[in-house]
Amino acid sequence: MSVDAATVKRIGRLARIRIEEAEVEGYQAELNAILGFVEQLSEVDVEGVEPMTSVTPMHLRRRDDVVTDGNYAEQIVKNAPLTEDNFFMVPKVVE
Amino acid sequence: MTELTKLSLADARKGLKDKSFTALELTDAYLGAIDAGNDKINAYVATTPEQARDMAKASDAKLSKGEAGLLEGIPLGVKDLFATKGVHTQAASHILDGFKPEYESTVTANLWRDGAVMLGKLNMDEFAMGSSNETSYYGSVVNPYRAEGSNANLVPGGSSGGSAAAVAAWMCAGATATDTGGSIRQPAAFTGTVGIKPTYGRCSRWGTVAFASSLDQAGPIARTVEDAALMLQSMSGFDPKDSTSVDLAVPDFAAAVERGVKGLTIGVPREYRMDGMPAEIEALWNQGLEWLKAEGATVKDISLPHTKYALPAYYIVAPAEASSNLARYDGVKYGLRVSGKDITDMYELTRAAGFGREVKRRIMIGTYVLSAGYFDAYYVKAQKLRTLIKKDFEDAFNAGVDTILTPATPSAAFAIGDEALASDPVAMYLNDVFTVTVNMAGLPGIAVPAGRDGKGLPLGLQLIGKPFDEETLFAAARVIEKSTGTRFAPTRWW
Repeated sequence: MSVDAATVKRIGRLARIRIEEAEVEGYQAELNAILGFVEQLSEVDVEGVEPMTSVTPMHLRRRDDVVTDGNYAEQIVKNAPLTEDNFFMVPKVVE
Repeated sequence: MTELTKLSLADARKGLKDKSFTALELTDAYLGAIDAGNDKINAYVATTPEQARDMAKASDAKLSKGEAGLLEGIPLGVKDLFATKGVHTQAASHILDGFKPEYESTVTANLWRDGAVMLGKLNMDEFAMGSSNETSYYGSVVNPYRAEGSNANLVPGGSSGGSAAAVAAWMCAGATATDTGGSIRQPAAFTGTVGIKPTYGRCSRWGTVAFASSLDQAGPIARTVEDAALMLQSMSGFDPKDSTSVDLAVPDFAAAVERGVKGLTIGVPREYRMDGMPAEIEALWNQGLEWLKAEGATVKDISLPHTKYALPAYYIVAPAEASSNLARYDGVKYGLRVSGKDITDMYELTRAAGFGREVKRRIMIGTYVLSAGYFDAYYVKAQKLRTLIKKDFEDAFNAGVDTILTPATPSAAFAIGDEALASDPVAMYLNDVFTVTVNMAGLPGIAVPAGRDGKGLPLGLQLIGKPFDEETLFAAARVIEKSTGTRFAPTRWW
C-alpha cells in the first residue's frame, strides 16, 4: 500500500499537524518508504494467531471506584499557556 | 586524591561510607566536570546545581548518622523524559516549551528516596524517537569517543544519547534512561557503557513522558555492570499508579553480579547472523561466547524464526501508540501554543511548530495505520507478529536456554549528520535490529562493552533474559566485562 499527496494531507488533518504544500512531497516519500518496509509482514501467515494484548501474562488491576485524588486545580493549570480562574482558555468553539 | 568523577558508582559509595570524601565534594566535582565539558558534549539540557548541593548536604548528614540509603550521595543525571518536580521536563521537544511538572516520576522519586543527588536533565532524541540523538530540539549530543587519529564528532546513539555520553564523559556517576526499541542498549554500546532495559513492568512508567506505552521501559546507564545493578535496584518496584507495574519483589541485583555463568546454557540465535554483518561484529560475538564457555557455560544454537519481522512490526506498533500518546500536546494544557484563527487552526499550527520532523513523521504513520479501514491490516497484524516473536523466545527458554547472546548493534558509532542515514529513515531504523525484538516480547536485555572496532571505537554485546530474570543478565554481563581485561574509557578531548 502507498499513500498519495491527498492522503498525506488527510493524515495531516487527522493528526492535527499543519502540512504546508511544499512539505507534502517529502512526507509522501518518507511515509511510502516506511510503508514499503513494513509491507514484508504480508509474507507471514498469521491465521489463528491471537494478537498480543499484554506483553506480560497479567490482568490489568482494577481499583475501587472512589475518589482518591484531586483538589489542586491550580497545579493542574499551572503550566497552561492561557488560563483564567483555573480554567484552560481556548479560542471560541461555539458561536 | 584520585579524580572523584572517575570512580565507579560502587567505589564512590565505599568512599562516602569510609569518609574519604563528602557527598558535597563528590557533587561539586561532577558539577565542575559538567561546567568544563558540557558545551562540547551537549549532554545536559538543564543543570540543577543548587538542588544538587542541597541534596548532597542532606546526604552528608545521613551518612554521618549512619543512615545512608542505597545510593546515598551519588550524583546522577536524569533523562529529560522523566518528570522532575519544578525542573525542566521537555522530552527534548519544543512543544513542551517551559514545562516544569508539579509532580515527580516514580523512578526518580525512588532514586531520591535512596539518597541519590540530581545533577540535571539529560539530552535525548525528541520524545525518545531516534537512534542518534540528532532529533533533539537542543541539538546533537557528541560522543566522548572519537575514532583513532580523527577529530570528527560521532553520535552517542539514541534515544538516551545524553545519558550515555554523560556517563562515559564522567559528567555523572550513572544516569536514568528509557528503552522503547533499543534506546538504552544502543547508546550504551556506542559509548562503552553498560545499559539494561529490565523486563516490562519492572520499573513504573508513571511520570515518564509516554512514547509507546506497551514497549517503554526505564533502566539505568552506568560505567560498570555492578553500578547498573545498584541503580536498577533503586529504580525498580511495584507502583499502584502504573497499571502495568508488576507486583513482584525486587531481587538484590548487586548480589547476583558475581554469580558467574557456570552451568548456564547460552543461546545463539542463527537469525541474528545477518547478511553483510561486519567481520569485527561477528568476531566480537564469537569472542563473547568463548569467554562465557571458559567460565563454564554451554553454548547452544537456537532459532528465533520471526526475528526479521520484529523491526517492521515495531514501526507499526510504536508509531500507532505514539500518535495516540502525543495527541495530548495541543497547546492547551502545557507547553507551546501558536495562535490560529480558530481552535483547529491553533492545534495544527501548534503541533506543526512544536514537533520536529521525525516526531511528525511517526505521528503521521501512526495516524495512518490506525485510520479507518487500515487498523486490521496494520496494527492487529503487527500485534499478531508480536505474539509469534514472543513465542520464539519462549520456545528457546523452554528448551533449556538461560540467556541469549547477540551483538548489541550492527556497527560502532557513526558520524553526526551522516548523509545516507539522514536521507533514508529506514536505514536509521536498522540500528535497532538486534534490540527491538526484546521490547516486542517485553523481555530484559543488557548491553555490555566487549571490544573495539578497527578504529578504536567501543562495541557492545547484548544478553537477553527470561522475564524478570535480570539477575542472570548481570551475572553473564559481568563475566564479559571481566574477560575484556580492560575498563572502557574515552581519551579526553573536550
